[in-house]
Amino acid sequence: MAAHSQFIKRSWGTRIALLAPYLWLLVFFLVPFVIVLKISLSQTALAQPPYAPVLDLAAGWRGLVAFVRALSFEAYRLIASDAIYLLSYLKSLEVAAVSTAILLLIGYPIAYGIVRFPRRWQPVLVVLVVLPFWTSFLIRVYAWINILQRDGILNGVLIKLGILHAPAAWLASDTAIYIGIVYSYLPFMVLPLYATLEKMDWSLLEAAADLGCTRLRAFWLVTAPLSAPGIGAGVLLCFIPIVGEFVIPDLLGGSETPMIGQTLWLEFFSNKDWPVASALAVTLLFLLVVPMMFYERIQRRELEAGA
Amino acid sequence: MAQKGKSTDVADGLVRFEAVSKRFERHVAVDRLTLDIRAGEFFALLGPSGCGKTTLLRLLAGFETPDEGRILLGGEDIAAVPPHLRPVNMMFQNYALFPHLTVAGNIAFGLRQESLNKTAIAARVGDMLAQLKLDGLGRRRVNQLSGGQRQRVALARSLVKRPRVLLLDEPLAALDKKLRAETQFELMALQRKLGTTFVIVTHDQEEAMLLADRIGVMNEGRLVQVGAPAEVYERPNSRWIASFVGDVNLIEGRVAEGGRVLDSRSGLFRIDRANGLAAGSRACLALRPEKIRIALQAPMEPDIAIVTGQVAEIGYRGDSSMYKVRLADGSLLKAAASNMAPAVEAGIAVGAKVWLWWPHAAGILLTD
Repeated sequence: MAAHSQFIKRSWGTRIALLAPYLWLLVFFLVPFVIVLKISLSQTALAQPPYAPVLDLAAGWRGLVAFVRALSFEAYRLIASDAIYLLSYLKSLEVAAVSTAILLLIGYPIAYGIVRFPRRWQPVLVVLVVLPFWTSFLIRVYAWINILQRDGILNGVLIKLGILHAPAAWLASDTAIYIGIVYSYLPFMVLPLYATLEKMDWSLLEAAADLGCTRLRAFWLVTAPLSAPGIGAGVLLCFIPIVGEFVIPDLLGGSETPMIGQTLWLEFFSNKDWPVASALAVTLLFLLVVPMMFYERIQRRELEAGA
Repeated sequence: MAQKGKSTDVADGLVRFEAVSKRFERHVAVDRLTLDIRAGEFFALLGPSGCGKTTLLRLLAGFETPDEGRILLGGEDIAAVPPHLRPVNMMFQNYALFPHLTVAGNIAFGLRQESLNKTAIAARVGDMLAQLKLDGLGRRRVNQLSGGQRQRVALARSLVKRPRVLLLDEPLAALDKKLRAETQFELMALQRKLGTTFVIVTHDQEEAMLLADRIGVMNEGRLVQVGAPAEVYERPNSRWIASFVGDVNLIEGRVAEGGRVLDSRSGLFRIDRANGLAAGSRACLALRPEKIRIALQAPMEPDIAIVTGQVAEIGYRGDSSMYKVRLADGSLLKAAASNMAPAVEAGIAVGAKVWLWWPHAAGILLTD
């Protein structure tokens, strides 16, 4: 109530400024989502657009009733009945989980290393982490094709070093997907970790040492729990987009089980099955919203405990 | 306070710094410093900021390693002992409490690193909470505490390990004046009860004098004087100490009449203490403002030094007033008088002609 009356007292300019983020969400998230949801409840049709029913506003109330009557869960039933979709989801979750774990293992030491550098060097190192972003994402993935292909740089170096005797097939495999994803998402892991570690009070580590901790123990008992918010943010920032990743598995991956993004692309562009593609997208969204809400709850509990 | 009477006996030195030096790049933080700290005493390291007192504490805790010299604890060189194995605990200036742990979790942290069972830990934590009046706060998060409570948690966390030496780095600096005064007495009582050797670092000379059995005054990485508070205050060994510890008037002059008189611009003053100074050598008489009496009439007491002047400024402090008096030669002398009678009735106003006097014994002859 208090917040509400406060809002009313504010000037129009302030109110619009406060509403801006909600307007943004409404126009660019909620409205498109409702459209996708609507399509997911339709059936394919040989028409333009390639689904039915289509809402005819000219027909008034009766048109709306007819439209709602014609909606069905057919697309969802189809997704549930065919194992290919379930396998696709599982594959996506697996790739996302494994690559997020690898990202954490690589990203944490990098962020920690940057923070331990003298303060004047830190901005330079952060820029170095972000530097690859100045090149187009697609070009960077194509560069990996170049590196990983049979007569690419990787095989060349490995054979020169005597580690390999014959060129290995890196491309078109899960390994290639992991390499591509970990490379592309690394800044999303490093930056939130850096932001958290940068605020860390290092006298806490001296206190831990003073109280009898070795350096390693002090890390597990102090640094790790205090960097939990950064770990949480980094994991979410990587895990969620990786689940829906399309470009990397499509360009670097093989013909094994496709990730959900590829399946969705296939349904939409090759099969022209917009309802199933939309249903896949909606399901994916709910799949990701659940862990996100879980994380949100943990964070809120942390904040309340901290306040 | 039993320690105060003891002589500087090396045998009962629990901590010994032997010609210890520590440099940071070009800056010399600690310069060939030798110091003994006795078992069971409350020792204060006093000095202006940047004098190296905190570095000395960190050397003892093991966070810094000396470039030269040895640090002995109970007779053993602790150079090779890493901080986490030293039987020494530190209370940090910013407290360095773990924000992700509760009060009890913070206090138990150190005990969990020892091979103690849960009941023993809980008992010692409970005991510490009670001793520091933190009962009922064990399950609070540290950021839900007041400044004074945080200070006590930090103290409890470092004491619960039963260190041989407790190091306190400006432990009261973050508290407001009133709370600081209360806490000082609590800290003294705690130290006497536990009998643990306390080494405190402070830039506040009143705090050092109030708390400590002995004070080591540091300047530019060296110990300038070590002694009981009264010794350092009443018998400073240099102009620098005299003016750093407390307020002081310095009357510069030359020794005359076989070392029995100081000849200065403000007059001739008797030197009460035997000294081997040759006539004509430079020296200075240090006078504490509270030892100088001030009145509108001439004093009648025997054996005193007397000067006259005109009041230039009065600093009213409630319980006392500080009078700045301009003497005939133009120099200023500060005299403090406690306001036993209301200051307005004393009748000494700016511009008044006053008499200043002090017993000859109050003057301290300094050459350094």
